[in-house]
Amino acid sequence: MSEEKMMQIFIMGKAYDVPVGVTIMDAMEYAGYRFVRGAGCRSGFCGACATVYRKEGEYRLEFALACQEMVEEGMHLTQLPFTPAPRSSYVLSELDADENVLLQHYPAIARCVSCNTCTKACPQDIEVMDYVQAALRGDLKKVSELSFDCIQCGLCSMRCPADIKHSHLAQMARRLYAVTQSPEPDHLKTRMSELAEGIHEVQLDALMKMNLDELKKQYAARVIEAEGEES
Amino acid sequence: MNTIPYFPGCSLKDTATGFESSAQFVMETLGLRLQELERWNCCGTVTSLTTDDLMHHLASVRNLVRVQDLHESELVALCSMCYNTLARTAQRINADPVERDKINQFMDRESSYEGTVEVRHLLQVLRDRIGWETLAQATPITLEGLKVACYYGCTLLRPKEAAIDNTEKPTIMSEAMAAAGATSVPFPFAGECCGTYQVVDRRDLSIERSFRVIQSALRAGANVIATACPLCQHNLQEAQKELGHVQGLADIEIVYFTELLAAAMGMDPQRLPEGLNVLIQQTAEAQTGWGGS
Repeated sequence: MSEEKMMQIFIMGKAYDVPVGVTIMDAMEYAGYRFVRGAGCRSGFCGACATVYRKEGEYRLEFALACQEMVEEGMHLTQLPFTPAPRSSYVLSELDADENVLLQHYPAIARCVSCNTCTKACPQDIEVMDYVQAALRGDLKKVSELSFDCIQCGLCSMRCPADIKHSHLAQMARRLYAVTQSPEPDHLKTRMSELAEGIHEVQLDALMKMNLDELKKQYAARVIEAEGEES
Repeated sequence: MNTIPYFPGCSLKDTATGFESSAQFVMETLGLRLQELERWNCCGTVTSLTTDDLMHHLASVRNLVRVQDLHESELVALCSMCYNTLARTAQRINADPVERDKINQFMDRESSYEGTVEVRHLLQVLRDRIGWETLAQATPITLEGLKVACYYGCTLLRPKEAAIDNTEKPTIMSEAMAAAGATSVPFPFAGECCGTYQVVDRRDLSIERSFRVIQSALRAGANVIATACPLCQHNLQEAQKELGHVQGLADIEIVYFTELLAAAMGMDPQRLPEGLNVLIQQTAEAQTGWGGS
């Protein structure tokens, strides 16, 4: 039996020996943690596993998604699975999308001093401060483009000295931009009318008529998109 | 075409778009294009005056870093408030290696600011780099007969270190107007405050102050006020709306100085304020004696 290479990390202050070359999430599970919150897609898309850590001898806090970042010797880490950040409520179709609409719903953006701490906390490498600044001048397009990769992990809002609710602000901007400025994509229009015409009804009817065994067989034989692409 | 790095500021992207478009037209005509910084953030608006509050200078310093990244050493601003904030920060941080170091330490992994960028107002660029004679030659449409009250407000003239001209008797805007053929009428309130941010929670106060400015310009015989600040412009126009019934108050046009220059250079009138077009036409007709038909 080959011997697994091990190293020491610290999870919430407690030392654990974990295998070399695994993600933070795998290391935590190896150490005995079971995720009830703080884990989702495990693929870097959902933003549920926001993690902060410090490396041995480093003065900086670092930020990552636990499912994406590899553990390193001497890492001190903890998870922040949720960020309390109230969301403004609005009815999209009733909003007056003028240059002040974001400021009215998220007035804290006016407190931005351009410290850029948000940007440094972003595990997605988004220019967070730049989109807050674009929001200040009502530039919906720029906010939408810059924030597109946001997975709403909330680390920016945890770090912000001005208490800005970045991810909610950006989501509002993207919604508004989509509704008021960006052209409706052709493929969406086509798809919507296909759905309205009942393009899937034949398949759905066939599924509804199957018994449990047939359904199980179909399920086992299904082609998973990502796997299908690889083969 | 030669270019110069340009910082627009937030207002020029929403409420004061005419200020920007006219300035762009003027500078293109003069062969020195305003090159908007690709990345920029709020200038910082009101930098704290306390000496240990470096945090509030970060916004300005970041914009200076963007200029440095372009290997340039000059940044031009149009909004006088942005100019003032950026210029004062640049002066302070350029001169003080200790403060600069502190800010660079804070910015950490980002590019450090080396203290080499100078900030200028567009009027300074027109005077020092273009020159009044060149400006005059680029204005085929004369504004002769137009009586302009050049309103500087606070931030182009104070504090003294940031002043673009003599603090008590500024002439820089009048000289620009003269180059376009207009007559500048001196008025005592040219450097008085419009009421600035007081408009947010003490609107009465800013209206009162702005009213005095307009009245002073009217008494001096002006028919148009030229401004260089979106906030001054807003406050003066608010006073005009509020007290339009006071005799003569509604009769004066309030425009950005760049709009006057752009008009003299032949910018499409549809992109200029309607009231200004009418005034220019009426003035021209009166000059040639064709009016009153």
